[in-house]
Amino acid sequence: MSEEVAIVGIGCTGFKSITPDISYKELMFEAATRAYQDAGNINPRKDVDAFVTCAEDYWEGHSIFDEFVPDQIGAALRHLFTVSSDGMIGLATAFMLIKTGEFNTVVVEAHSKVSDVTTFTGIVNFALDPIFNRPLGGHPHYMAGLEMTRFLHETENTREQCAQVVVKNRRNALSNPYAAHGAQLTVEDVLQSEPYFQPLNRLDISPVADGGIVMVLASEKAAKKLTDKPVWIRGIGWNSDTSWPESREWGRAMYTELAAQMAYKMAGIRNPKKDVCFAEIDDSFSYKELQHLEALKLCSNDEAGKLTEEGETEIYGDLPVNASGGIQGIGYAIEASGLHRVLETVLQLRGEAGKHQICDAKTGVAQIWRGVPTATGAVAVLSREVK
Amino acid sequence: MSRKKSEECTYAGTEIKSEDIKQGKVLTLRDRPKAKYLWSTGVAMGRFLKELKNGKIAATTCNKCGRIMVPPRMFCEQCFKPTDGWTYVKDTGTINTYSVSFIAGDASRIKEPIIVIVVDLDGASPGMGILHTMSEIDWKKVKFGMKVKAVWKPEKERAGAITDIKYFKPA
Amino acid sequence: MFGKKRVAVVGAGLTLFRRNMKETGREMCYEAAKMALDQAGLTLKDMESVAYGSAPDAFDGIHMKGENMTDGSGAWRKPFSRVYVGGGTGVFTADAGWWHVASGLFDTCLVVAEEKMSSCYPHPAYAFTTIFDPIMDRPHGTTLIWIFSLEMHRYMHVHGVKKEQIALVSVKNKRNALDHPCAQLGAKITVEDVLNSEIMCWPVQRLDISPTSDGAAAIVLASEDVAKKITDNPVWIDGVGWCIDSTYWTNRDLYYPDYVECAARMAYKMAGIKNPPKEIDVAEPYDPFDYKELHHMEGLLLCKKGEAPKLTQEGVTQRDGDLPINPSGGLLGVGNPIAAAGLMKVCEIFWQLRGEAGKRQVPGDPRTGVAQAWGDLMQYGSVIVMRR
Repeated sequence: MSEEVAIVGIGCTGFKSITPDISYKELMFEAATRAYQDAGNINPRKDVDAFVTCAEDYWEGHSIFDEFVPDQIGAALRHLFTVSSDGMIGLATAFMLIKTGEFNTVVVEAHSKVSDVTTFTGIVNFALDPIFNRPLGGHPHYMAGLEMTRFLHETENTREQCAQVVVKNRRNALSNPYAAHGAQLTVEDVLQSEPYFQPLNRLDISPVADGGIVMVLASEKAAKKLTDKPVWIRGIGWNSDTSWPESREWGRAMYTELAAQMAYKMAGIRNPKKDVCFAEIDDSFSYKELQHLEALKLCSNDEAGKLTEEGETEIYGDLPVNASGGIQGIGYAIEASGLHRVLETVLQLRGEAGKHQICDAKTGVAQIWRGVPTATGAVAVLSREVK
Repeated sequence: MSRKKSEECTYAGTEIKSEDIKQGKVLTLRDRPKAKYLWSTGVAMGRFLKELKNGKIAATTCNKCGRIMVPPRMFCEQCFKPTDGWTYVKDTGTINTYSVSFIAGDASRIKEPIIVIVVDLDGASPGMGILHTMSEIDWKKVKFGMKVKAVWKPEKERAGAITDIKYFKPA
Repeated sequence: MFGKKRVAVVGAGLTLFRRNMKETGREMCYEAAKMALDQAGLTLKDMESVAYGSAPDAFDGIHMKGENMTDGSGAWRKPFSRVYVGGGTGVFTADAGWWHVASGLFDTCLVVAEEKMSSCYPHPAYAFTTIFDPIMDRPHGTTLIWIFSLEMHRYMHVHGVKKEQIALVSVKNKRNALDHPCAQLGAKITVEDVLNSEIMCWPVQRLDISPTSDGAAAIVLASEDVAKKITDNPVWIDGVGWCIDSTYWTNRDLYYPDYVECAARMAYKMAGIKNPPKEIDVAEPYDPFDYKELHHMEGLLLCKKGEAPKLTQEGVTQRDGDLPINPSGGLLGVGNPIAAAGLMKVCEIFWQLRGEAGKRQVPGDPRTGVAQAWGDLMQYGSVIVMRR
């Protein structure tokens, strides 16, 4: 029986619309410094067995971005590698490394310096299949519009309930010092904002943000020496549905359903509705929060919108969802988005979430989707209790 | 269930010739990425570039390991701590290694070879080199350990870029 | 439930390596993966996870290209992740597959590495300009061959190695590749041919370097219990190692790859190897340029610093020598679809240890093999130790 895995240190620079005063290296150095201090003042030059960074070349504007990461997180001439995926899959990788029994302390890093990208749409578009999808032209976010239409058609969730998600999350973000996009909005504001990708309006879509996160994971034995507030990764799962948009089941987030099944099984969770206290999930497009809630089985099908309308997903509700403000309130931070969902979950479980603290949070779920045009996502179950 | 050995396998793959692509015999689709970036230089490189415009090479220092570092950085990657201060290094140095290029970035041939050097700068810690080019010398005469000196662009032509130094020449 | 599990390679697959292939990246992934599964006598249903590796997205011309390749790599509705450490990716993807199974989370993992460099038109060399620091390096018009020739020249200078000695590697590997069914550039050449070939960036000449290629490779990994049911001849992954050096490559002395030594020590420690030259029977170090084979032999601690050229001259690294190096023909002979080339070396060690390498078979019943890849800005070493 191998040891359990805990998150023992977190470091976050906070998220802002732009960060023109610092380079991505300086951003990463700040996040790393904070994380190592939080993890019992570990020395990355001596105390870390492996480093996992998460990045995609075209977000950064450099090919083989792996080249540019080691120095600022203390990994020069050390065992570091890059996972080209969301930070939560980097977390899953670190989890696997520790489970092999060969690594005791592993660092995970992800950041967004998306304000450096002057052709954001062009980059998203560049991820579309070059033969079948790109030649159609248009802004690639039409895919999210297609999915939302199908989702609302297949379920009983309503357009207004999607808007309610935005209102809740952007308001929650006002209580989160890390958030870039806190705002007081009404459902009317969202519904009246400019139509972008029917039925998505401008305010249904998260704005972007810069920021960096570093986390330190440790095996059970090492964790006990580094912190008295370990947050245990009880289960983790990740999954990729078909890369062909033409073959997808547009209404359902299968990647989340399957990733959640894997994570819940690992965590021994048989009844998510009962066993999970709160969730930090992907709401990068308004309808996604509802779709993901149902895929996570945190509510029954067709119920997510109703729960939102009734206030159950507010901080004071039965199932607080995105008390942090979610991606809508924090800002879409590309590869750092998933790691930020995990960070907020950790803060809640440690009781360190300040103004947006949920009462008595024991077990939380963090979830992420890699964005248009992917059907890839990850789910993590985190808890204060080791078993 | 059949288990094939590697000798029994046929390896998949259909070769097409570059000529066939050029002559349009292969159905092709063209696309260019719209990928433009404005990278924040940050504190360290921001100052470095500003100083280049002034005709100076700036470096940062770490009190713990005592290194003087070029390119400058706000963190010492060996000690993992913030660097402690700024200083200037000389625009002269020693050739650590060099090569002579007869091809351009798109793999086409160029007539005048480019002499590429890594020059360890005087005043910086040993081995603190930067990449640059060399000129005013026959490429066959370049030697390891050769002393070189920067040739700068005139002040009004400098933009705050590594190319504000046009090239290095024998000292 | 979970715990450290021993991991075996039970099947391997390759596509041809060619300058231009008709197949898309996805199709190449599929072909290599299918061959590996057939070799293992398994189907996609038996695969619980997929570890994929590929180098710059700029070649295939697709951002987040891993996501585009999921189906081709067999990852439909499966846990899929992509690792990317530049040229080190190929061998590192096998390391990634290892932790999928060794962690106890999965009993099987399909490892796929793919590269479609020809999509970058008219020449993939263009894409390489974007791997350099935009402030310090790119403005000079820096190319990949520039920096490797800087490293080669430094190595030659510090150890007093001559081009004739280095050329022997190209001669050996291209000749070895004549026996590889997938090879792009197998040929009988001489040292004179190398020394007379077109100067690209002195001291690098055309026959010193490997080509750009399209291709894919795959291996199937299984935990001990599953492996023993599938085959009588599993090849165990006994050690994995990886290491990255500082980005500031102009601050480093390039004559010796510290990062390869660091990765090798990590893998050797895991595998219990204390005397690499004695305990390792066959090795596939990364050879995109001929001098790299020598450089990496030393980094892998297979010989002393500066000794590799002598061993090559003495024939020690030939297939029938005491320490066969790159019996496959390496990148110089088989081709260099970056990530696939690294995994091709892992496939080669797999076949060598099973005695299935056909005409390339190293005699003497090799039991322990090492594959290594190198990447980033002369920064990355990834190593795998395999044993029968």
